[in-house]
Amino acid sequence: MTGHPRLLPLGDCAFTVEFGRLIEPATQARVFGLAAALEAARAAGNLPGVIEWVPTFCGVTVHFDPDLADTGALASSLLSLAGEARGHHGTGRLWTVPVCFDPDCGPDLDTVATTRGLDPQEVIERFVASEFTVCMLGFLPGFPYLSGLPAELEMPRLATPRSRVPAGSVAIAGRMAAIYPWDSPGGWRLLGRTPLRLFDASRAERPALFAPGDRIRWQVVGPEALAAEGVR
Amino acid sequence: MNAWLEIVSPGLGVSVQDAGRSGHRAIGVPLSGALDPTGLAAANLLAGNEAGAAGLEVLLAGPVLRAVDAPLRIALGGSLAGRLIPRDGPPRPVAAWSALTLQAGDTLHLVNAPGAGYLAVSGGLQVMPALGSRASYPRAGLGPPPLQAGQRLPCRQATDRAQPDLQADSLLHPDGPIRVIPGPQAGHFTPSALATFLSEPYRIGQQRDRMGIRLDGPPLAHSELGADIVSDGVAPGAIQVPADGRPILLLADCQTVGGYPKIATVIRADLPRIAHLQAGDSLRFAAVDARQAAAARADLASRLQAWQASIRPRGGLTDSAALLAANLAGAAVRGDEDPLQTQP
Repeated sequence: MTGHPRLLPLGDCAFTVEFGRLIEPATQARVFGLAAALEAARAAGNLPGVIEWVPTFCGVTVHFDPDLADTGALASSLLSLAGEARGHHGTGRLWTVPVCFDPDCGPDLDTVATTRGLDPQEVIERFVASEFTVCMLGFLPGFPYLSGLPAELEMPRLATPRSRVPAGSVAIAGRMAAIYPWDSPGGWRLLGRTPLRLFDASRAERPALFAPGDRIRWQVVGPEALAAEGVR
Repeated sequence: MNAWLEIVSPGLGVSVQDAGRSGHRAIGVPLSGALDPTGLAAANLLAGNEAGAAGLEVLLAGPVLRAVDAPLRIALGGSLAGRLIPRDGPPRPVAAWSALTLQAGDTLHLVNAPGAGYLAVSGGLQVMPALGSRASYPRAGLGPPPLQAGQRLPCRQATDRAQPDLQADSLLHPDGPIRVIPGPQAGHFTPSALATFLSEPYRIGQQRDRMGIRLDGPPLAHSELGADIVSDGVAPGAIQVPADGRPILLLADCQTVGGYPKIATVIRADLPRIAHLQAGDSLRFAAVDARQAAAARADLASRLQAWQASIRPRGGLTDSAALLAANLAGAAVRGDEDPLQTQP
C-alpha cells in the first residue's frame, strides 16, 4: 500500500490529499490540521490559483484554477503542507441541538431498538449521551456527517431509501449520524427531528450552521419545540 | 427604467446559469453553472457581457420569451436559434450565434437543436444572487426557482436602440475521444477494466440531468479494493463507478463528495462537449496527463478568441462607426456571409 499522505489527481482542476483509507480519529485530526495549514497558507498569499478545499473523512480535496496555479508547484506545496500537518482536534464550536424523538419524528427508532435489543428509550439515552463531531459537510448543502455514534447503535442503511425524508431529520447509518437540512430522498434511519435551520443562504457569514470540526450535543425536546420554531 | 424578460412558456430543461457558485463546496454547496461554459461565454461576448454573466441555459425544448417595458439586447449561443415575432411587423427568423435588440412587446420563440443552448441578455440577467452566484440550484433553494409561465426576470434595458444585429460563425466543439486524467481511484479497478474503459465505446444513457449522466457500455470490474470508498471530494467530470460497474459521469450540479471509486476525471477543456451529447450517442475516452490537459485548455481558449473575431454586423453592414457603437472595435468586418445559413 502506498504511504500516506499521498496526492490523488481529480482531473486537471483538483487534487485530493489522502491521509488514510479508514475513518479514524487520528486521520480526521490530520485532515483538520491540513485545513488549518491551508487557511494560514492562503492568508499568507502562498496558494495562488487555489479556489477552495473540502475536508472529508480521510483527506482534503483542493480545487484550483489550473490557468492561475502552477500545477506542479501546487502539488509539491500540498504534499509538504500535508507532511507537516499536525493533528488538530478542531477549535470548532460546541452546539446543543434540540431533538424531538416522538414516533412521528423518528419512524425508525423502534426498528433500531428491536434490532439492537434495546428499548427505544435506551436508544435515545445512548444517542444523547455521546458527543458528536462534524467530520465533513456534503451530499446536500449543509448536510453534516457526524462521528461519535456509539457502536451498539450502528445500523446499515435502509434497503430501499425513502423518497422523502423531512428536513431536520436526525438520522444514523453505519458508524455515522447526520441531520437532513432539506427535504430529500434518503436511506438513513430516522431517530428524531430538530427545529434548527441547518442551512440559510441569507446568513452570509455562515450559511451552513455547522463547520467541519464543530462538536454537537443533543437536548431532548418535545414536539412543541418543533412547532415553536416552525419545521420547514 | 427596468426591463424584464417574461417567460411566456418555460420550455424544457431551461434554467438560469452563470459561471457557477465556487467557494462553498466545503459546506456541501455544488458548483453548478453552465454545462457548457464556452457556449455561455460566446453568447455573453455577443451580448457585450463578461463571459460568466447569468443567462438562460436550454438543454431540451426552447422557451418563448417576451421583452416587457423596455428594449432588451439578447444573444444566442450553442444550439439555440429562433423566430422573432415583433409587436408590429412580420415575423422573422433569428439565426444561431447572433445578437439583436428586442423591442418592448416583441416575442422570441427559441428552438433548441439537440445540444446545449445559451441566451444572454446585455448586462446579464439581474436575478438575485445567492452565495455569489445566480445559478439555479433548486434542490437547496439557491438561485431562481424553476421557470414558470408568466415569471419575469429582471434585466438591464438596451442602451442603444440603433445597435446593429450581429452574427458570428458557429463555435463547434471538436470531435475525438473525451480526454480524461485517470484517478483518483484508478487502483480500485482491474487492469482489464481500465483497458476496457479506455478502448471501448460508451453510450450516453437515458438517465441524465444536470447532476450526472449514466453511461451504457461494458461494465467495469472493481479490483480487490472494492466498490466502496470512504467518501471523498468529487468534481464535475469525475466518472464514478458503483458496484454494478456502470459508470456515472458527474456534471455541474453534482454533490461535493461521494462514496464510489472514480476511475478517471474528464479534463476541463472537454467537459463542455458532454453537454451536447444525446441519449444513445457514443463516446470514447482517452487518457492524458496534466500537460496535455493544459494544452487542451489553451486550444479551447484560442478557439474562443478566434470565434470572437468572427462577430460582425448582420446583413452586410460595414459601417465602422456602428461596430464601434457595438463595442467591437478591432473585430473583423465581414459582410459576405449569409446570416441565415445556420438556421435549423
